[in-house]
Amino acid sequence: MLTNIVNWIDKRIPMTETFNKHVGQYPAPVNFNFWYFFGSLAMLVLVNQILTGIWLTMNYTPSGAEAFASVEYIMRDVEYGWLLRYMHSTGASAFFVVVYLHMLRGMMYGSYQKPRELLWLFGMFIYLVLMAEGFMGYLLPWGNMSFWGAQVIISLFGAIPVIGDDLTLWIRGDYVISGATLNRFFALHVIALPLVLVILVFLHIVALHEVGSNNPEGIEIKKPKGSVAPEELSKFTYHKQYSEKYDIVDAVPFHPYYSVKDIMGVVGFLFFFCAVIFFAPEGGGYFLEKPNFEPANPLKTPEHIAPVWYFGPFYTILRVIPDKLMGAGLMFGAIVMLFLLPWFDRGTVKSVRYRSTAHKVNLIQFCICFVVLGILGTKAASPLNNFLGMVTSVGYFGFFIALWFYSKNEKTKPLPERISH
Amino acid sequence: MSSAPENNGRRRFLTLATAVVGGAGTVGVAVPFIKSWNPSEKAKAAGAPVEYDVSKMSPGQLVRVKWRGKPVYVVRRTDEVLEQLKSGHNDQLKDPDSIEDQQPEYAVNSHRSPNPEFLVALGVCTHLGCAPTYRAGDFNEIVEGVANGFFCPCHGSKFDMAGRVFNNVPAPLNLVVPPHSYLDNGVLLIGVDKGDA
Repeated sequence: MLTNIVNWIDKRIPMTETFNKHVGQYPAPVNFNFWYFFGSLAMLVLVNQILTGIWLTMNYTPSGAEAFASVEYIMRDVEYGWLLRYMHSTGASAFFVVVYLHMLRGMMYGSYQKPRELLWLFGMFIYLVLMAEGFMGYLLPWGNMSFWGAQVIISLFGAIPVIGDDLTLWIRGDYVISGATLNRFFALHVIALPLVLVILVFLHIVALHEVGSNNPEGIEIKKPKGSVAPEELSKFTYHKQYSEKYDIVDAVPFHPYYSVKDIMGVVGFLFFFCAVIFFAPEGGGYFLEKPNFEPANPLKTPEHIAPVWYFGPFYTILRVIPDKLMGAGLMFGAIVMLFLLPWFDRGTVKSVRYRSTAHKVNLIQFCICFVVLGILGTKAASPLNNFLGMVTSVGYFGFFIALWFYSKNEKTKPLPERISH
Repeated sequence: MSSAPENNGRRRFLTLATAVVGGAGTVGVAVPFIKSWNPSEKAKAAGAPVEYDVSKMSPGQLVRVKWRGKPVYVVRRTDEVLEQLKSGHNDQLKDPDSIEDQQPEYAVNSHRSPNPEFLVALGVCTHLGCAPTYRAGDFNEIVEGVANGFFCPCHGSKFDMAGRVFNNVPAPLNLVVPPHSYLDNGVLLIGVDKGDA
C-alpha cells in the first residue's frame, strides 16, 4: 500500500530520487566530529525562529503607540505567550552561538578553500541577513534600548559622504525613529528577510552537496574514477550523481549515520537552550537588556548603551576609532574581510591539523581578539577598554593580512592519502 | 530554436528592444516602492516650532524640549561657564570657532547662541545620534580643568558648554544649534529665526 503511494508520487515528482541524493545516499566523510553539529543545529534554530515568530505576530501590534504594551500583553495575558517569546528571544542569541561556532569550524578545517568558496559566500550572506534580522527584530519590542540601538545603527549610514543624511531619512521614514520605522522593520523582519534567509539556506545546502562536505582532515573523500581498488571503496550505495563520477572512500550515507548523530547534538543543545529559557530567559541582561523593560523614550539615552552581545565585536571596532567615517568603514570592513577569507588564504592545505605553527597561532589570536572585542562591546567606554579595543581590532584585521602573506609559501605537514580510521 | 534558419538580425533587435522596454518598466515600477519609504506628509507636517519660557530656569539647569521629535537641550549658563568658554580650553577643541556649518549665522561666536546666557542645541550626538549626558560640576573627571560639559555615554564623545566637540573623540562635529529666537516677553521659540516669526 505505502509502496504504491510512493510509486504513484515518484512517477509525478522525483521524491525518492531527491531524498536519496541529499539525504539517504549522500556520501559524508566518516570522521565528522563535535564541530559538525552546528550546521544542523542552525537549521533547528531557524525552524524555531520561524514557528515562534509566526505565533508572536498573532498577538503583537506593530505600531509606535501599542508595540510595547502588546509585548507585555503577550508576556502576561496570552497563554504560554511568555514561553513563545522567550523561545524566540533566546533563539536569536542561540542562532548566533551556533553560527559563530559553525564559522569557526569552517575556519579551522579550511572549509572555505577551493572549491568551496561559493559555499562560504552563501554562508556569509546568511550571516549578514541574520544580523539584519537580529537588528530589526530588536526594535520591535519598542523598549528604550530598542530605540537607541536602532538610532545608533541607522546613524551609521549617515557617515557615508554626500548621500548619508538623505539615506538615513529614507531608512527611518521620519526625522526621528518613529512608528513609521517600526512598521517597516516589522515588515522586513517577518516577511522579506526570512524569505531571503530560507532561499539562502537552500542555496547553501545545494552548493554543499555539489562540492561535498569537507572534514577535519581537510582531504577529499571523492577520488578520481578508477583510481581506487574495488575492495577499498566505501561499502555503501551512493546516489549515482556522486558514484558515477568519483570513487568514494571513507564515507557513510548521511542518513541514518549522521541524522542519528545530529539528534545527539540536538539533545545536548536543547539541554542548554531550555536551561536558558526556563531559568535565565534574560541571559543576565545580555539576551534581553535591562533598559528595554521601559518604553522607548526619544529624549533619554540609556546610561550605558550597548548592542546585543552578538554585535559586540563590530561595535567595539566602530567605537575605538576616533573618526566617524573611518569607524563605520572599518566596522563594515571587518565583515567584508570575512567574506574575502577564501582569497586571503592562498594555501592549499585545508585543515589546521596539517598547517604551520604560524597559522595555528594566528587562528588562536584571532579567536581571542574576537571574543575580547565582543566582551568590550557590551562594556562602557573607558580609556583602558579603548586601548584593549584598539589592540584587538589590530589583531582581528591582522589575522587576514598575515594569512595572505604566509599562506603563499607555508611550511605545511604532508597530507595523508586517506582519512585514517 | 536559436539555430532555426530565421532572420537572426531581426531576432537580436527584437530581443534587445524587449529587454530595454522591460528594463525601463522595471525601473518605473521600482519608483513607488522606493519612494514610499520617504517621510509621509503627516511626518513632514509634525515639524512645527515650539515655545519654552526660559525665565523659570535656575542657573546651571538643563531642560529637554522636544522639537521635531528630537531632544533640544536648553541650558542656563552661569557667568563662570561663559568666562571659561571664551578661550579657556580652545586648544582642546576640534572646531572652537564654529567654522563647520552646524549653527545659524547668529550663533557663530564663543557661546554659540544669540543670547549668551542660554545654550540651545540638539541633544543628539553628531557621532551616532545618542543623547549626551549633562555633567554639571563633575566634568573634571572627563576633561581636566573643565567643570561642566556633555559626555556621550555611547562612545565617549565630549562637548563643552557651547556644544563644541573636544579632540580625540568619535564625534566629528559640534552639536547642532537649531534655528531659535526669543519673543518680546523672553520666551524661547525653537525652530524659527529672528524675523521669521
